[in-house]
Amino acid sequence: MTQSVIVQVGQCGNQIGCCFWDLALREHASVNQKGIYDEAISSFFRNVDTRMVGDGGSISKGKICSLKARAVLIDMEEGVVNEILQGPLRDVFDSKQLITDISGSGNNWAVGHKVFGSLYQEQILEKLRKSAEHCDCLQCFFIIHSMGGGTGSGLGTFLLKVLEDEFPEVYRFVTSIYPSGEDDVITSPYNSILAMKELNEHADCVLPIDNQSLFDIISKIDLVVNSGKLGTAVKPKSLVTSSAGAFKKQQEKPFDAMNNIVANLLLNLTSSARFEGSLNMDLNEISMNLVPFPQLHYLVSSLTPLYTLADVNIPPRRLDQMFSDAFSKDHQLIQADPKHSLYLACALMVRGNVQISDLRRNIERLKPSLQFVSWNQEGWKTSLCSVPPVGHSHSLLALANNTCVKPTFLELRERFMRLYKKKAHLHHYLQIEGMEESCFTEAVSSLSALIQEYSQLDATKSMPMEDLPRLSVAV
Amino acid sequence: MSIVTVQLGQCGNQIGFEVFDALFSDSHCPQGLCSKRENEAYQASCKERFFSEEEHGVPIARAVLVDMEPKVINQTLSKAAQSGRWKYGQHSCFCQKQGSGNNWAYGYSVHGPRHEESIMNLIQKEVEKCDSLSGFFIIMSMAGGTGSGLGAFITRNLQDQYSNSLKMNHIIWPYGTGEVIVQNYNSILTLSHLYRSSDALLVHENDALHKICAKLMNIKQISFRDINQVLAHQLGSVFQPTYSEEGSSHYRRNPLGDLLENLVPHPEFKMLGVRNIPQMSEHSLAYSTFTWAGLLKHLRQMLISNAKMEEGIDWQVRPPLSGAPTLGKMSANKNLHFNTSLANLVILRGKEVHSADLGGFKDPALYTSWLEPDNAFNMWKTQRAFNKYEKSAALVSNSQFLVKPLDMIVGKAWNMFASKAYIHQYTKFGIEEEDFLDSFTLLEQVVASYRNL
Repeated sequence: MTQSVIVQVGQCGNQIGCCFWDLALREHASVNQKGIYDEAISSFFRNVDTRMVGDGGSISKGKICSLKARAVLIDMEEGVVNEILQGPLRDVFDSKQLITDISGSGNNWAVGHKVFGSLYQEQILEKLRKSAEHCDCLQCFFIIHSMGGGTGSGLGTFLLKVLEDEFPEVYRFVTSIYPSGEDDVITSPYNSILAMKELNEHADCVLPIDNQSLFDIISKIDLVVNSGKLGTAVKPKSLVTSSAGAFKKQQEKPFDAMNNIVANLLLNLTSSARFEGSLNMDLNEISMNLVPFPQLHYLVSSLTPLYTLADVNIPPRRLDQMFSDAFSKDHQLIQADPKHSLYLACALMVRGNVQISDLRRNIERLKPSLQFVSWNQEGWKTSLCSVPPVGHSHSLLALANNTCVKPTFLELRERFMRLYKKKAHLHHYLQIEGMEESCFTEAVSSLSALIQEYSQLDATKSMPMEDLPRLSVAV
Repeated sequence: MSIVTVQLGQCGNQIGFEVFDALFSDSHCPQGLCSKRENEAYQASCKERFFSEEEHGVPIARAVLVDMEPKVINQTLSKAAQSGRWKYGQHSCFCQKQGSGNNWAYGYSVHGPRHEESIMNLIQKEVEKCDSLSGFFIIMSMAGGTGSGLGAFITRNLQDQYSNSLKMNHIIWPYGTGEVIVQNYNSILTLSHLYRSSDALLVHENDALHKICAKLMNIKQISFRDINQVLAHQLGSVFQPTYSEEGSSHYRRNPLGDLLENLVPHPEFKMLGVRNIPQMSEHSLAYSTFTWAGLLKHLRQMLISNAKMEEGIDWQVRPPLSGAPTLGKMSANKNLHFNTSLANLVILRGKEVHSADLGGFKDPALYTSWLEPDNAFNMWKTQRAFNKYEKSAALVSNSQFLVKPLDMIVGKAWNMFASKAYIHQYTKFGIEEEDFLDSFTLLEQVVASYRNL
């Protein structure tokens, strides 16, 4: 069994990370009734004997003593991390896993990347090494951050290079929150494009997510929950947005519901690696199957169902509906429409009481309405995990490598160009040591090259499928 | 003589468990429909082949379990131990922490050399427990990373280290659509490597097994467990003891050797398939009776028309007229749907087995021209019923039945290879484009050879 380390960077990264740890604990608590520290729980948590002084006290088996998250928390402001450390999760984090500063990055990628990067490089390395040492077999780093700000975007992507150099064999999966159209940070296009270059070059896999999509999903759920229709009472724990209150319960912040969706994404992504099933899928299989060319590693995700109805009398037509929903544009975690774009590859990760025949039936049913690239007509990767998420009997996570990410990137580039043409706010960046205009132009070219790749693939969409001539052999 | 089974990867281990369970259940089944002495001889023969003795009396499967991550092996071991009837050896497994990531290159080039010594040692220990070794039965899938890549590596090692022993690889052919995206790459690499180092490839297709579960067993929500149990039933009907040639009261001693001798006359043709009749849910079994004539008629047509099960057989397919000139078999006269065989083995189990008439299978029209039916066709039998079926017949066939699926896999892999998609994942671990080309060449050769039977 392998372990993963979560690195949460910046305000957004830490808030999401916090929701993640809360959900992870709840999930393991509901599965692990006996309180034994088993391999599943060890993938994200250490078992520590807190009576022992010093660093040690790691217990590998037996009863759970005290669980510590395999996490590194980084923020250049103290507010968010302090709040976490005063909240109900404070015991889950080791105080030595934190790196904070006071002044923040001022929504400036250059400050995050260049200034704080060099300032904290040693410390970051030290914390990462420590967390790696605590792992028997470290498989993956999950980085959670936003693209639009300064710390998450700048320092978060600085990290990637460090991880690549220091731990070349460990996967780097990045969960990136992309800025929506009406983002309130003016310089978010600059920050995002500068960060994209790093993601292009140093991430193994990126799961882009945007706030608008999360918000739309929440609105949809609210509609159902508050509609008061007969038989539509929703099981409270089953909301993909619910939490036990990672922060103080009274003021449930507006972002909590959205963050929980992302937390659920990460849990479901790793479920088949942690729990048993009839067709397991480990994290290294995600990269292997969904990344046909190294640059094309952006995966659009969708989670279904969003809630479970409490009325058990409603018949389970829901199973097939779950599959249909996974492909609808309303369930994607970024503004994208995979059904009308080209699939390079698609993974279906199912949890709960679902069998291979259900999976096959739905693939057969949905295939005709989806377009796959000519050299990967049957580009499906599937997994079956027996353990469902808390509050559900089954769930589905779909990951698509699809050209539908292109519009997101095009829009980002456009917003960038609007600012850059006028040189707006540029001086904030250029005054940082190590920053030059070439950083910007290189970043845009990197993005343009990526967009070009997707365009070329899109162009093949309407071309007729031709089988290539095979090798001929002498008989 | 004994068979040492090597279970590789998630698929291999999940299947292996069901196979040993089916073998054990059958050999201890009270409804053997034969005398007590007969039953005891059957049990003893099955035991010699597949189980070794323990002090406390719980038989231990002659198996080595290998996987690169621990979840499945842990499950398999506990399932066996829980049953209380048989179990796996305590020290018979090899496990690592991180899987092969569906990457054939990783399984073959990284895991293989890294763990070669440990795995071969385990196998050696198991071999030493046998009084005499018939050979190895290696269960693996083609689509993943461990079963396929590590499986190919281990098989080659077995060829080097145990050159006098036989190796049969049991391969799971993945569903046509999507289990693993790179399954076609993994499959062609596996098949080409195994073709060079294995003695025979016994193939089971997931699609076929799935259909049997749906149509014959009437299972609504089919799980992998259901599929594996159908598969185990088919394998059991092949590997359980049958009478040897000399006399009707002794069971044959060398199942692998006999299988290979009968079915693989030429090293260019190694692909074997299994058909079994009847196959149905236990519930329906209680209401059914069969005659040998009926069973064999269906089985023969299943062979000729390349049907996977006894429902939906195409009765229109006929062998070419006997008496037609045997030269120029490749001409257009040949009925294109007709499945030509190189060699066939029919195994009959149950009541009145001596009365069964197998003339239909000795028709020279069924076979390729360069083997006499006397050499191409063989029959094994035992009075002892299998798995509560009063009469059952199995057919192991070396025929054209895999040409189409193989051709399809090669075609899809070729298309993907032309675009270079995913190749970087393989070159990362030392499998170069040239290795792919070698595999393609070898398999095109196999397809052509079978087509021209």
